[in-house]
Order: sequence, then C-alpha cells, then structure tokens
Amino acid sequence: MSAGTSYRESTARERIARFFDAGSLEEWLPPSARLSSPHLPALGLPVAFDDGVVVGAATLLGHRVLFAVQEPAFMGGAVGEVHGAKLTGLLRRALTDRPDGVVLMFDTGGVRLHEANAGLIAISEIQRALFDARRAGVPVVLVAAGANGCYGGLSIVGRSADAIVMTEEGRLSVSGPEVIESQHGVEEFDARDRALVWRTMGGKHRWLIGEADALVDDAFGPLREATVRALATPVPIDLATVRAAHRALERRLRRFGAMDDAVEIWRELGLEDPEGVPMAEVAALVARADTIREHGRG
Amino acid sequence: MEHLNFEFGPFERRVPLKAPLIVGVVGSGNLEALLEPADLGGRVRFDVSTSIKGFAPTWSAVLRDVAERLGCGDLRVSINDAGATPAVVVLRMRQAQAAIEAGE
Repeated sequence: MSAGTSYRESTARERIARFFDAGSLEEWLPPSARLSSPHLPALGLPVAFDDGVVVGAATLLGHRVLFAVQEPAFMGGAVGEVHGAKLTGLLRRALTDRPDGVVLMFDTGGVRLHEANAGLIAISEIQRALFDARRAGVPVVLVAAGANGCYGGLSIVGRSADAIVMTEEGRLSVSGPEVIESQHGVEEFDARDRALVWRTMGGKHRWLIGEADALVDDAFGPLREATVRALATPVPIDLATVRAAHRALERRLRRFGAMDDAVEIWRELGLEDPEGVPMAEVAALVARADTIREHGRG
Repeated sequence: MEHLNFEFGPFERRVPLKAPLIVGVVGSGNLEALLEPADLGGRVRFDVSTSIKGFAPTWSAVLRDVAERLGCGDLRVSINDAGATPAVVVLRMRQAQAAIEAGE
C-alpha cells in the first residue's frame, strides 16, 4: 500500500494527521520546545526535537482523546528518559483532563539501550500511570500496527491496556526474534524466518489466542473505527478481571502448552485449513474465527 | 557530533511562517528540520547538528542554495542530521518550502 493509506508505512506525524479528526490536534511539548535526550549527544548520536514521541490531545470520530504516537524511524521507537517522561506525563494528565480515552500508538523495540537505566525506570512509571488512568475510569487503547512491532517493556505496558488493536503486519511480544535466537539458539527460534516470526508474534496469531482484541487491515479507516469501538468497551481493573485473565492463561496452557508451532494451535482452535491462515484475508479470517478464537479476558 | 552554523542573506521578504514547522525524521540517512520565524535582520540562520563530521563546506554550499531558492529571511532552521546526503537535505528543505507556501 502507498504511504497515503498504510499506517505501517507512515511516519508518526503522518499517522497523527490521518488518524485523528482534522483540525482537532493539540500537541504538547512540540519540537519547538526542544525537549531532547540529554544522553545521546554524549555518545555522538543525533537527537530528535520531540525525542521520538508525539503527545497531545485530539478528537477521534468526535471522541475526546489523549494520544501518544512513537516515531518508528528514530532509534527504532525506543524509550529513553525524555520519551518515557512524555508518555508518563500524558497518562497522568488523563487523571485531570478525564478524556474519553487514551490512545497509545506504540512502534518500538522497547527500551533505548543508550539510556537503559532511565528507560527502564520510565517503563515502570508509564505502567503505573496507565493503571492509575484505568482505575480512574479512563480507558486506554493500544494500537500495535507499526513496522517495528511492539516489543520489550512497552509490550508489557501495552498488554496492560483495556484493549489492543492490531493489523496482521503488527507484531507484539516481550522478546524480539533476534533476542530469542541469541539467548536460546537458532533451533529454538530462527529470527531470519519471517514466516515463523509473523505466525508467532504477528497480529493474526495474537488475535487468535486472545491477546489482541481487534484485527483489522492496515488502513486508517478500519484502525480508527476499531479504536473507537475499543474505547467504548473498557475493562474494569479489579480482582475479577485479574482472575478471569488467569483462568484464560491456564486454559491456553492446558490446550496449547505442548505445541511447537502456531499452526498446531490454529488447528486445535478448530480452524479449517490452519496452514492457510497466514495468507487469509483479514476480514475473512475474522468472520470465520471470531467465535472459536481464545479470549484473553476470560 | 559536529555543530555547524551558517547565515545567509539578508533577504527583503520575511518568511511567511506563523508557527514552527517540522519536516523529516531523524532516521538513518535522513534528517529533521525545524523552521521557526526569528528576528534576524532579514537573514536565514541554519544550526546543524550532524553525526557525520567533516562536511562543513558541503553543508555550506547546499544550504546557501536552499536559502537563495527560498528567497526570504528572518528564519531560523535547526537541523538534526543522521547522515542525510545532500540530495535528501535539498528534498527535505523543498518539502518545508512547499509547506510554507501552502500556508501550513
């Protein structure tokens, strides 16, 4: 798809302009504020004036939301000190602004290794701020549809949201393919096998095993509509929700724990032609699998 | 890192820019440029931070051409560069010029 219609191929600022309602955008700490990384210059690396994340307020199909959108090309969307503080601040702002929701568009390898301690601390602060926002009744939706995927600490933050919207091109996992291969060997996971990577971490599989709540095509219209639907169905953050999630995990482990490949899981789910899932059209897959897929909320 | 500063002009016309404008991204082989109106006596000022050292004469020649093509002053351009080639620099600055002329 061309950059005009593909979320995956767009920059952060293109995504914002095409995702939210025209004329509704307000950016906080914009590039002219020059809030850049204090660590990168010491390493001889260029900074970005927004430290790779755009935060602010907008409307989405008329709903008042706060947003954070990561720039995929700057340091792989990775979280540094300032970048992380902008995400934390945005989620805390939700407590006072009480918007209809917070939309997080993560496109990231996780923590920026060049400022790893600050980045790791930032992850815990973001996570706490996200839970505080949800507890205050502000739903948080993750859009994981970018080219970098959503990995590392921010994948954990993302899974703490009320809902996750994905495309089949999107990926969601704690450890990335190269990390798994380097830690456990190429027999365990061949990071160069792109088909393996996508059927293990890609949007279709994450939706089929209940970790993503919506699966749509890589285009702005479907992503916008799925995000608004997700905002309308917040999940209470209480003991019952946690217990339901644990039951879902136990069921998944029981059903799929001994399996080596996603295709076996898809067969166990009862999908006809499980080998054909990677090539299936998203709408057709959703239509035939929505009632038999796993649901992560219990 | 290398930090370079260049000034060109003065130009008679003041840049028709009301708010800061940003183009590009700091990705490999690319750059971002932040354009802001500034009282510079009609001159254009470029502040370049680049990860590639030793190309000051090239930057000077390329940005002089950019400034003359733009033809207006009282403009501050701040560039974060991650190894953009001169062609990419020119393309990004033309993108900025197009945005200015479109009144963005």
